[in-house]
Amino acid sequence: MKNKGLKIAVGMSTCNMAAGSRKLLERLEKESLDAELSTMGCLGMCHAEPQIRVTDADGRESLYCAVNPAKLERIIKEHLRGGSPVEAWLFNANEGDGAALLTKQQRIVLRNCGRINPESIDEYLANDGYKALEMVLKQNNPSEVCETVLRSGLRGRGGAGFPTGLKWKFALKERRDKKYVICNADEGDPGAFMDRSTLESDPHAVLEGMTIQAFSTGANEGYIYCRAEYPLAVAHLKRAIAQSEERGFLGDNILGSTFSFHLHIKEGAGAFVCGEETALMASIEGERGMPRLRPPFPAQSGLFGKPTTINNVETLASVPWIIRHGAEKYAAIGTEKSKGTKVFALAGKIKRGGLVEVPMGITIREVVEEIGGGTGTHRKVKAVQMGGPSGGCIPADLLDTRIDYDEINRTGAIMGSGGMIVLDETTCMVDVARYFLGFTQLESCGKCTFCRIGTRRMLEILTRICAGDGVPEDIDELEELAVQIKNTSLCGLGQTAPNPVLTTLKYFRKEYEEHINDKKCRAGKCVNLCSYEISEACTGCTVCAHKCPVGAISGERKGQHKIDQEKCVRCGVCRDVCKFDAVKVI
Amino acid sequence: MCGVNMGCVCDIKKSVDEMIERVGSSVEMAIPLLQAVQSKFRYIPKEAIEHIASKTEMTETKLYGVATFYSQFRLEPVGETIIRVCHGTACHVAGAEGVTEALEKRMGIKDGETTADGKYTLESVACLGCCSLAPVVSVDGEIHAKVDRGSAVELIEEREKA
Ligand SMILES: Cc1cc2nc3c(=O)[nH]c(=O)nc-3n(C[C@H](O)[C@H](O)[C@H](O)COP(=O)(O)O)c2cc1C
Ligand code: FES
Repeated sequence: MKNKGLKIAVGMSTCNMAAGSRKLLERLEKESLDAELSTMGCLGMCHAEPQIRVTDADGRESLYCAVNPAKLERIIKEHLRGGSPVEAWLFNANEGDGAALLTKQQRIVLRNCGRINPESIDEYLANDGYKALEMVLKQNNPSEVCETVLRSGLRGRGGAGFPTGLKWKFALKERRDKKYVICNADEGDPGAFMDRSTLESDPHAVLEGMTIQAFSTGANEGYIYCRAEYPLAVAHLKRAIAQSEERGFLGDNILGSTFSFHLHIKEGAGAFVCGEETALMASIEGERGMPRLRPPFPAQSGLFGKPTTINNVETLASVPWIIRHGAEKYAAIGTEKSKGTKVFALAGKIKRGGLVEVPMGITIREVVEEIGGGTGTHRKVKAVQMGGPSGGCIPADLLDTRIDYDEINRTGAIMGSGGMIVLDETTCMVDVARYFLGFTQLESCGKCTFCRIGTRRMLEILTRICAGDGVPEDIDELEELAVQIKNTSLCGLGQTAPNPVLTTLKYFRKEYEEHINDKKCRAGKCVNLCSYEISEACTGCTVCAHKCPVGAISGERKGQHKIDQEKCVRCGVCRDVCKFDAVKVI
Repeated sequence: MCGVNMGCVCDIKKSVDEMIERVGSSVEMAIPLLQAVQSKFRYIPKEAIEHIASKTEMTETKLYGVATFYSQFRLEPVGETIIRVCHGTACHVAGAEGVTEALEKRMGIKDGETTADGKYTLESVACLGCCSLAPVVSVDGEIHAKVDRGSAVELIEEREKA
């Protein structure tokens, strides 16, 4: 054997595994190599998973993307055994796509994600792990830490953007025997996954942030409330907690100080509203997750009636970096009122989907078109959905909006937790609005009448419009209901539920009118309102005929194909698979 | 113990006793207890709720209140294999409705139902956190990426063969 002293890390995050990394790991385990075989989390490049990183004995790193079993055989032969990397397959961060992806990113939250083995506390420690906690405990001045976090300008990444340092100061001020901290890992926005990825790929960063949060607010007990759909995140957290306890970063008298902190994990049970802080606390208490009126705010009376500080995963993972590098360094990044970096989950019609972390202040266009590479097809970006069910659709002509809490709010969307779903002309905006109302209607806890019944009425109207039964008055009624629901709901769920409808009405009103008046869905999504036709551009490649689930397409090889309108179910598969843009919606 | 059948009442009672012992019996443990029950029996049998109510401070009303609020909990038995189609935003715009439709057709059931032979349950879920690989389907917890109508049906066909 020629090649010795290698380190091989296989991406074993949920997304990597979905892309097939488990088979690669199993294959490598069978090959008796003189190498340290380990795992890593998600690098954020979900479009090019699974990934394997090989570190040669001399320290040279090679990252292989989109590895499949066949590719792996060649990597084993030439690189792992032969000692020469397969140059043609190496990810290059300095040129081409790699450079476009990385140049404008700045990694603070994701600093270790995909870099270290998330199951190893030693790897975290080797990357300045728990240094911030040491600094904080040595200084032993909670209010000083609150000030530092306040000066850094860090705002809550869970959606509302409240200044984190201020929240901590409120809790510290409370003179009570018992206080709690909570990490909100409920990640409810269906389309956002940065919290999952951070918990899976760098759990200690969140634990360190939480321990500092507890120290700074005077709490000695904490809960991580994690979504039920994230089993791997829970497993990694449990392991990380056990490791930290063993090494004295958690538990009694942390690092020999007088500060003690105990941490529990609570798994959610599948209710979006439990991401809302008061509902989340009710859920930890074993109740139905119903929000309650604030005040009293959690800082005064939260979990079990005690002062409680609740923060999002990404907020907490930023904290150790801020302590280590200083508030000024963090505050130097971003805009006047939005500091630091924000992680976005890029998905939808996008070439390079995944997680990206960018400095505040860059434009949505830079994120979507430069970093994400645009739609990756001949189609143009039509809109970007931000903020999930509470957010809205920002149209293509506003893509130069900067990533800044206030500027995004001005468009009618919100920063939210950082879901960014890119939509192109094949997406029907009325259908998107209907989709979100379907979601909020289902997830409304039912406490407020307008949220419970109003969202249902809005959903009925939108469903009617999509089915082709809309009437002109529908639009006015949607707008009226939207205002009523916003004004009469107790929590953020209801207050923001109409946003997807309001923003699509603001920017894509014409599409609503076409559905209602012309009975047309230009995107080809609403089956009653469109039909598909194959144009002369057809080369007769037969792909669409093979893919059609109902056998509605016929034609000779190399001849123009035809769709049988009687059989066609308007699923749009033919358009999706056509490489020649020959399938048209009429 | 009175037999091999897992659903037998005394077996349920015995398991639930163990869970109460392990998880705790205070009111705030309602959700973790029900989660333990479900992870063992794959749904929440009526007898388990009755038994928890008889052994702890929690009433049946309280337990049903919790069990019906959270979408994770099922009060009916499920199929051997659970197929969950993601209907999060990214999966929706990538065609998740078509995937569910194709699976419904192949299995002869509607979303949320279990096949008559008890083999499969088809469910929708709000997001599996792999949005860049949409549409996503999980089969017994294993996540499959970039699924379409055809490959979704193949997932079942492969299992049938195996
Ligand atoms: C309906 C609803 C859902 C929410 N879901 C989440 C969530 O999944 N994750 C999260 O961190 N915050 C969520 N929030 C925001 C929380 O209520 C709270 O503001 C946040 O956890 C505070 O942490 P931060 O200051 O670090 O952002 C949600 C709010 C509402 C109204
Ligand atoms: S939207 Fe389907 S995995 Fe997130």
